Amino acid sequence: MERLAIPLNILPVGCVGRIKEIRAEGNVRRRMMDLGLVPGTEIEAVLRSPSGDPTAYHIRGAVIAFRSEEASKILVEMTGKLW
Amino acid sequence: MDMSYGLFSDHSAEQGIIQRILPTQMTSVDNNVVALVGNPNTGKSTLFNALTGLNQHTGNWPGKTVTSAFGRYMHNGKSFFLVDLPGSYSLLANSPEEEVARDFICFGRPRVAVIVADATCLERNLNLILQVLEMIPQAVVCVNLMDEARRNHISVRLDKLSQILGVPVVGTSASSGQGLTELKQAVDDLVCGRLIPEPIRIQYDSAIEEAIAIVEPAIKIMMGRSIDSRWLALRILEGDDTIIAALRKFTSLDVMGSEEIRDRVEQAKKKLAQQQIFENDLRDRIVFTIVNSAERISREVWQHNGDWRKRADRKIDEVLTSRLFGIPAMLLLLGAALWISIVGANYPSKMLANIFFWLEKRLSALFILAGAPDWLRGALVEGLYRTLAWVVSVMLPPMAIFFPMFTLLEDLGYLPRVAFNLDYYFKKARAHGKQALTMCMGLGCNAVGVTACRIIDSPRERLIGIITNNYMPCNGRFPTLIALSAVFVAGRAGGMQPILAAVTVLGLIVFSIVVTLVASKILSCTILKGLPSSFALELPPYRKPQIGRILIRSLLDRSLFVLLRAVTVAAPAGLIIWFMANVSIFHTTLLNHCAGFLDPFARLMGLDGYILLAFLLGFPANEIVIPVVIMSYMSGGAIIELDSLQALRWLLEGHGWTWVTALCTMLFSLNHFPCGTTLLTIHKETGSWKWTLISFIVPTITGIVVCSVVVQAARLLRLV
Repeated sequence: MERLAIPLNILPVGCVGRIKEIRAEGNVRRRMMDLGLVPGTEIEAVLRSPSGDPTAYHIRGAVIAFRSEEASKILVEMTGKLW
Repeated sequence: MDMSYGLFSDHSAEQGIIQRILPTQMTSVDNNVVALVGNPNTGKSTLFNALTGLNQHTGNWPGKTVTSAFGRYMHNGKSFFLVDLPGSYSLLANSPEEEVARDFICFGRPRVAVIVADATCLERNLNLILQVLEMIPQAVVCVNLMDEARRNHISVRLDKLSQILGVPVVGTSASSGQGLTELKQAVDDLVCGRLIPEPIRIQYDSAIEEAIAIVEPAIKIMMGRSIDSRWLALRILEGDDTIIAALRKFTSLDVMGSEEIRDRVEQAKKKLAQQQIFENDLRDRIVFTIVNSAERISREVWQHNGDWRKRADRKIDEVLTSRLFGIPAMLLLLGAALWISIVGANYPSKMLANIFFWLEKRLSALFILAGAPDWLRGALVEGLYRTLAWVVSVMLPPMAIFFPMFTLLEDLGYLPRVAFNLDYYFKKARAHGKQALTMCMGLGCNAVGVTACRIIDSPRERLIGIITNNYMPCNGRFPTLIALSAVFVAGRAGGMQPILAAVTVLGLIVFSIVVTLVASKILSCTILKGLPSSFALELPPYRKPQIGRILIRSLLDRSLFVLLRAVTVAAPAGLIIWFMANVSIFHTTLLNHCAGFLDPFARLMGLDGYILLAFLLGFPANEIVIPVVIMSYMSGGAIIELDSLQALRWLLEGHGWTWVTALCTMLFSLNHFPCGTTLLTIHKETGSWKWTLISFIVPTITGIVVCSVVVQAARLLRLV
């Protein structure tokens, strides 16, 4: 079943998504991929900073925070399932 | 998008280190160089300390090791030279630090690379392990933090991992020293050739493998065994120019200068292009393959049983970063640390003062007994000795208490949470969220804070971090704030004293943070125009700090450091002040001449000439500002014994201080030119006198403006 892809920054805290596409370019893209963000990776939004941005995500056993600008360049499909 | 501002072009300091290492290694045969690489926050520095017995400070935040450290250890009667490289997630050179690590592995010719991995987060670490194994076969994988993994019900099958990777794998818990002997043995086995590694070779898809096959043989002929030709072929194919430049620099081989290689690269690229694989796609595919291999390997050897390991961490984080409690919790923690420092410093301060002044009387008597001339006794005892005594007794105790506590928070892993909480405001100021981390370091010492700015990749944001770091009160200025707020704000409040003093200092720090943000924003809109760059911050798991070690080290290191500075800076300054106060020209002392000259200007800022003079004399070290003020006031004749804060208040009030004077002094202390050491560090880091000068001017102007506004407002509102 084809699931709707949404930008990571609107993934609600506590929800899990599967990375579909990285839209960032150049160094930012590289940095993201080095952190293990490649298509197919499961990612969970875990914490939102007091001001609503950045958001911390659970990625391959580590917790990494992205600003909404960066997160919006990552497209995920909601899988709904919790870890 | 970022301009380079003509700076940081080659990270001169770091590259210098590699160049220094190369010759030492070449000249001595028995030098077994071992490189330590790993992701940030894997306990690499703890391991380094455990192996070498050196005390490089470790902290629980990514990027703590911004400079490489060196040390030695002995094993089986052999000496090993250990190089701790900056932590990085990858060696595909995204940042200067990664480039340093990569260049050292490629060209520093380590006999063995020890790749440190975090057992609790093995999959992510495997990414780097696989990258390093592509570069150097002589490697040992050190799976660290095994104790933490066990506590979190994680099991790692080390022998299976070793079998898959084809290199020795050792499990360690560096903080308790577990597994270190095995690690040293594995390194030695590789050095002696008792063990021949056969590292895993990552298979890329057929298109890439074909392209490698075209290019690699030609590279192998040129480079021989000095560098892994397959690895280099991949880098050239994906268009990584930094490695070509590094090759030219370290080996003086121009790999693209060879026509044969150029032709083959051309040919391979054409072939890839036919399959719609261009440089960027190739890069993606390479990373994708490595990440997937890491995932596959991790699945085979890594297992967590029971509940997800971060549950406890996450519960804590949900409070410490929540909308409701995030920022109040931060203020509360800092406030509590300040309060404990203020309360706790009282007694040792009093005790030290008593000892010093008792000793002063004895010293004086000794001079008189020896028949020394009055001026000599005055200069040495009242000038040199007394300033020294003041610096040590007033400045040392609050520092010695505050900094172990601060280090505790750092080792726990709280600082990245501070950066996480405050990032939004830094983004608004068009600066980098990690600037908050460098500010925290600035609380200890601005020179350290300036160096820490290396964790910020974008040159523009890094400069902002460097220029504004001085707004955070350092080690040497904290006691000024504490003493003055204890005297003037809290002095009249009875039992609430320490709490009020702590709240005042806390307020000043919050004010400094606001000033930093405003200044960052102004810089971003003027001389350092630009938009915020990308931001990724790891929030490492909370770790149990090694309390004993923190206490001993920060007490000893800090105290020693402060004492040393006191001797080298405060003592001569005391001497100068004494002479200025005792040498008269036209019936007025030199001190009064200078203070009188500065006075009109100082008054505009709510200070007086003596205070401003003290700030100028405090240029080498801010610790001496208050002692110099006291010396100047006391040299006026009335020598009183200053054995309590009460006495300090009488002395200051006797010279016309009001709460506005105290406030302006504190504000000017927060906002004025950085000390000499910090400026030198800024010059070293930026490589530019222009930015050093700007770092001098920006906070000074801030101070002049802020103090003038405060004093004018107070006068207008008739508060004084």
